Amino acid sequence: MNATHMPRMDVMRSQLSRARGLGSAKTGVNHWWMERMSAVALVPLSGWFVLQVMRLAGSSQEDVVEWGGKPTNSSMLLALMVLTFYHMQLGLQVIIDDYVHGKPHLPASLLMKGVTFLIGLFAVIAVLKLALAPSRKASA
Amino acid sequence: MQDVRDALYIGHRSDGTLTRRPMSPHLQVYRFRLSMFLSIANRAAGVAAAAGAALGVCWLNAAAKGPESFKKVQKVTRHPLGKLALVGWTLALVYHFVAGLRHLAWDAGYRFEKKNINEDGPVAVGVTVGATLVLVATIFGLAACRSRKKAS
Repeated sequence: MNATHMPRMDVMRSQLSRARGLGSAKTGVNHWWMERMSAVALVPLSGWFVLQVMRLAGSSQEDVVEWGGKPTNSSMLLALMVLTFYHMQLGLQVIIDDYVHGKPHLPASLLMKGVTFLIGLFAVIAVLKLALAPSRKASA
Repeated sequence: MQDVRDALYIGHRSDGTLTRRPMSPHLQVYRFRLSMFLSIANRAAGVAAAAGAALGVCWLNAAAKGPESFKKVQKVTRHPLGKLALVGWTLALVYHFVAGLRHLAWDAGYRFEKKNINEDGPVAVGVTVGATLVLVATIFGLAACRSRKKAS
């Protein structure tokens, strides 16, 4: 066989995968790194959360409103919510990437992203309402 | 063929006939190891913790909404099944935390030898069970004390 007809193999990938555009899109490291960074940030936030749960266990709504009205608590809670739902989205994305193949992959990813984004947003709004405009009295 | 990657799984038997080679992970050929269970349990715990977090947000929202909504949520959290769910959420969070710390250590290059991983597995199980029991006992104990004080 004439060597000039052989494809140049500069990379350890099959010609088919190169033609199909499969493989690294060069953004995987960022996903992996952000998953780690959010995990690191969640370590102290989780410790704080456990202490607050102990503080609030068995509390009435009034106590929770008083607790949530303190700027330190609402800031920590906001940080916890944003990072939790961000980390959740990154983690669930990996699960979808691993188990959902072919055409359903994109709709599954988008659905998961939409749901985690909306619940995260809902959490942020709930914290803000608790901090800035909680209802103290029972409505008639 | 559902997936183009299936093309790579076509192989030949020794008599020359075509066969579909098994895809990894072919679980049935492996002997059960604790590390394989702990690996998938971390993923499952992550999903369970996520589901619990969504319910936690409902609690937060009820607190912001007012005393009536809060009482409704308290009915759920004080129901035996609600308590069971809270224990399950705690277990999932604690295990995901412990396994996450192990992953961070591995990523930093520590305890990543096979020997270390096999040593640390049972420790992770022990820490998870212990921490969950302590947390559940403390939190439910505190809740019971506070409600009794309010009632009296």
